[in-house]
Amino acid sequence: MIKLTGITKTFGKTEVIRGIDLEIRRGEIFTLIGPSGCGKTTLLRLLDLLETPTGGTYHFEDIDTQDPSTDLLALRRRMAMVFQKPAVLNTSVQENVAFGLKFRGVDPDVIPDRVREALERVGLFHLATRRAISLSGGEMQRVAIARAIITNPEILFLDEPTANLDPISSDTIESVIKEINRESKTTIILATHDMAQGQRLANHIGVIMDGRLVQEGTGHDIFYRPETQAIARFVGIDTILSGTITRKEGDHAFIAVCGRTIEAITSLPQGANVNLYLRPEEVSLSLPGIIDPGRSSVRNHLPGRITNIVPFGPFERVTVDCGCAITALLTRLSCEDLHLSPGTEVIAGIKASAVHVTAEVP
Amino acid sequence: MSDIISGISQAITLIVTLNPDVLEIAALSIYISLSATLLAACISIPIGGLIHFHEFYGKKVVITLIQTLYSVPTVVVGLIIYLLLSRSGPLGFFGLLFTPEGMILGQTVLIIPIMMGLVISALGGVDRTIRDTLVSLGATGFQGVIQIVKEARYGILSAVILGFGRAISEVGVAMMIGGNINGETRVLTTAIALQTGMGDFPFSIALGIILLVIALVVVVCLNLLTSGAFEKFGQGRTGAPRE
Repeated sequence: MIKLTGITKTFGKTEVIRGIDLEIRRGEIFTLIGPSGCGKTTLLRLLDLLETPTGGTYHFEDIDTQDPSTDLLALRRRMAMVFQKPAVLNTSVQENVAFGLKFRGVDPDVIPDRVREALERVGLFHLATRRAISLSGGEMQRVAIARAIITNPEILFLDEPTANLDPISSDTIESVIKEINRESKTTIILATHDMAQGQRLANHIGVIMDGRLVQEGTGHDIFYRPETQAIARFVGIDTILSGTITRKEGDHAFIAVCGRTIEAITSLPQGANVNLYLRPEEVSLSLPGIIDPGRSSVRNHLPGRITNIVPFGPFERVTVDCGCAITALLTRLSCEDLHLSPGTEVIAGIKASAVHVTAEVP
Repeated sequence: MSDIISGISQAITLIVTLNPDVLEIAALSIYISLSATLLAACISIPIGGLIHFHEFYGKKVVITLIQTLYSVPTVVVGLIIYLLLSRSGPLGFFGLLFTPEGMILGQTVLIIPIMMGLVISALGGVDRTIRDTLVSLGATGFQGVIQIVKEARYGILSAVILGFGRAISEVGVAMMIGGNINGETRVLTTAIALQTGMGDFPFSIALGIILLVIALVVVVCLNLLTSGAFEKFGQGRTGAPRE
């Protein structure tokens, strides 16, 4: 449905988008994740035809958007966008929602029904006559969604639709987005810096960093098989180690890492220099001398000393010095059960299959 | 002090008894200044819009010039218009000097800069995201401009009110172009100046009160007009109670 080839966008001397190739299929939900300022918003604005690319091509359903004979207004009217900062016009909620239909010259008799339908979809029909600027942030964002979907767009762009919203408003908006995709078959492209949200909503995820699409794939690919250290750090992998494969038994590799041996699964050959990625929730901690038989599948037992414990929501992030720093994510309760504190000697347990190995990159 | 008190009581008598001289002067003032305001609005809003919505070389300079002209002395405008309209001037053949229409022209020229400048500011005050939202919702250029103008309505209204205020309160143009001819071009401000010079304080005070009452009525009417004209779906203003 959408095909970008080598898209670039420069503002003044700043290159915000540095060559993006991307293909979006009709009916899918695609999420763009990336840190703030990475170019997500600019990419969405390019897709919604609010900006013209500096270079590259953008085809929407085989229509070349840069062809001077292309009617951009007609194309734009097949799309809709919800901006990060919802802008409502200073009039009633229902008037705000009706704009898209009015601009398209839809018969005024059918507008009230369509407005009702759109507002019911986001659960705001009871506020139809309210002045839009008096709404809360979450309500305004839902009005913006109703306003975008009322025209039955073929594709809907959402820029950080739940940034700065409370968790309940975010949940409501996420379920509305899924419902629109399921029931109206609307293709959805959503930008977010919240990786978990990206994963909840979509199977097809793109990671954008510094104006480049650095990885594209399923949530599992991106969370467990990041292609670079930068992506790994962005998706919450705290522990990134470097080592060398010293011995292999089939795909089972023994890797020398900071004076110890870590077992992992990889197809890389013996002698290769590799990076190891350890997700903190895959690292277990136990006290020395207590062998937990339930953990027999855990191949790596690395003794170390706790250097740091930092609260992380309902969890504690525990950093253990095992020759190199390894971070584990434990529930607060298990931390208390084990009486963990800085200085405690522990064993960090890691399954061989939980270690993601890539060829070493800088 | 007694001058003021007796002046006020006589002024009230003049107003309550609908003194024909007072009424005539007041009516002419309203006619001239409202006409000038209307004309200036018809020129300033579209041109202000054009300046705001287009990027062109020297845009900042143009806006600075307009803002400089906010403080142009009324007598300077009076002088220039006088020279243009006088018999030997380039526009002399219209015969507008010392006529109400000439005064309308003069006041229009006087208040265009302030109105246009404030219209540009009002439009510039509309959030950039509103513009993007409208484009994204599929508005044509024209539909977008109309919505942005509506969004800036209160700012534009202030511009019009301020323009009217400057027109009805100014003396320079009215005196120089109108000539303060009794029964022809005498307006509130020129009459106050003249009567005060002649020591007729009650008449001046009466005209002063009327001037302020006119301003009040016009402002209230314009406010009602804006809120009514742009919000035909009036239920949006009262609305349902908050959850």
